[in-house]
Amino acid sequence: MLTIKELHVHYGGIHALRGINLEVADGQIISLIGANGAGKSTTLKSIMGLVNKTSGTIEWNGKDITNLATRHVVKEGIVLCPEGRRVFPDLTVEENLRIGAYLRNDKEGIQKDKEWVYELFPRMKEREWQLAGTLSGGEQQMLAVGRALMSKPKLLMLDEPSLGLAPLVIKDIFAIIKQIKEAGVNVLLIEQNAKAALEISDYAYVMETGIITMSGKGKDLMNDERVKKAYLGE
Amino acid sequence: MELVVKWLPYILAGISVGGQFALIAIGYTMVYGILRLINFAHGDMFMIAGLIMVYMATALPLWMSVILVLIITVVLGCTIERVAYRPLRQAPRMSIMISAIGVSYFLQNMALYVTGGLTRTYPTIEWLQKNITIMGASTKMVTLITPVLTIVLVIALVLLIKRTKIGMAMRAVSRDFETSALMGIDINKVITVTFIIGSFLAAVGSILYFSNYTGIMPTSGSMPGLKAFVAAVFGGIGSIPGAVVGAFVIGICENIIKGLGLTTFSDAFTFVLLIVILMVKPTGLFGEKNIDKV
Repeated sequence: MLTIKELHVHYGGIHALRGINLEVADGQIISLIGANGAGKSTTLKSIMGLVNKTSGTIEWNGKDITNLATRHVVKEGIVLCPEGRRVFPDLTVEENLRIGAYLRNDKEGIQKDKEWVYELFPRMKEREWQLAGTLSGGEQQMLAVGRALMSKPKLLMLDEPSLGLAPLVIKDIFAIIKQIKEAGVNVLLIEQNAKAALEISDYAYVMETGIITMSGKGKDLMNDERVKKAYLGE
Repeated sequence: MELVVKWLPYILAGISVGGQFALIAIGYTMVYGILRLINFAHGDMFMIAGLIMVYMATALPLWMSVILVLIITVVLGCTIERVAYRPLRQAPRMSIMISAIGVSYFLQNMALYVTGGLTRTYPTIEWLQKNITIMGASTKMVTLITPVLTIVLVIALVLLIKRTKIGMAMRAVSRDFETSALMGIDINKVITVTFIIGSFLAAVGSILYFSNYTGIMPTSGSMPGLKAFVAAVFGGIGSIPGAVVGAFVIGICENIIKGLGLTTFSDAFTFVLLIVILMVKPTGLFGEKNIDKV
């Protein structure tokens, strides 16, 4: 349903994306792995209309969304949970969730989704009226995922959800990503923690300095010698 | 009792001027909160609002002039943002600051051109000029109305920011543009709303302020604009309650100094206050505490 073709992006003098081709099919978790600076975040930001593209196209269910403004991309049902959580520290947990539903006007639907988020993350319910800035890193990550879900996305993109979190918390987050997929939301996941990402992915892409060098089913990549050596540390 | 009779008029005048400064200061502090920009043109907008009133009142009934002043000032404020600030959204912050200074000079010189440099007489709004007596002290209606109106407007504004969807968006945008955009918020719309509020309050402040004086000149916006700016810094720029408290403190202190017979030093007080606050507590009374968790 999401198709990226020959996407090029320049940052000043740097050629950050050099012809990316990528596809996210329905009902899947797709992950994008690779080292720092490979262009993973840039790819997601391009989809969201946060960076200017030099050339290439991005199609969503047959519609060209290459040059849509960010809020129209959100309206189309694509949402990005950015790297580093980026929750609004001086809004309460509840307000952070409500702002995630900014473009929606269906009060009942919003309430229902809020309850669903509280079900996924019971900790958020406990801290409903606390300022988001007072939450721990793991809790902020849960809130950021919950906030993204509040837009009722058809495609949820997660940028490094495990960054800087304790192993136990990472396990929780990945379990919840699977639950989200089962609820019918497609997931595009960026991770440096390649092992955890490949384990839950239906399909994965490996990115290096602005190009996709490999792709395949998550399990196949996990057994690939090159991937093992470069990203799994085996 | 004698003390009350002697000081009450000064305190009343102080509260009144403080309220007028507060209405201007909110515009500075809100724009700073969202754009991290000191809108140097804000004081001149305040002066332009005064001049619009002068010219409107020559042809139209006062009530209609007042309404038009509010509308035109709001339109002008948004136009300035659109023309002089929005194209520089991606530029370094210094560029937009310089643009603001440019707009300030442009407005002053346009006023100079239109008025021919002459002092124009501000229309008398009878109702505001009515004499009233409070606890034995005689004063004008405007002195009483200003603080009341200021407080009402500030409460309305705080409720807007705390309770409404657009208010929540304003708080989000003031913190993080990119993430706000990712929520689907239209950043430009939020900024426009900020300028609408700031310009509206400046226009209200202008009517109250110039009603206390007889004349208005192209430079009439500089001093009140500067003092309101100091009030915003004193209160902690970016904070609305801070700007209001700062404005009242400055208004009251200045008038007490006048009451002591040191009128010459009343302006100096404000600027000494600025220097002291920048040295002792640069974030101001209610300034942003930066709690950034990594």
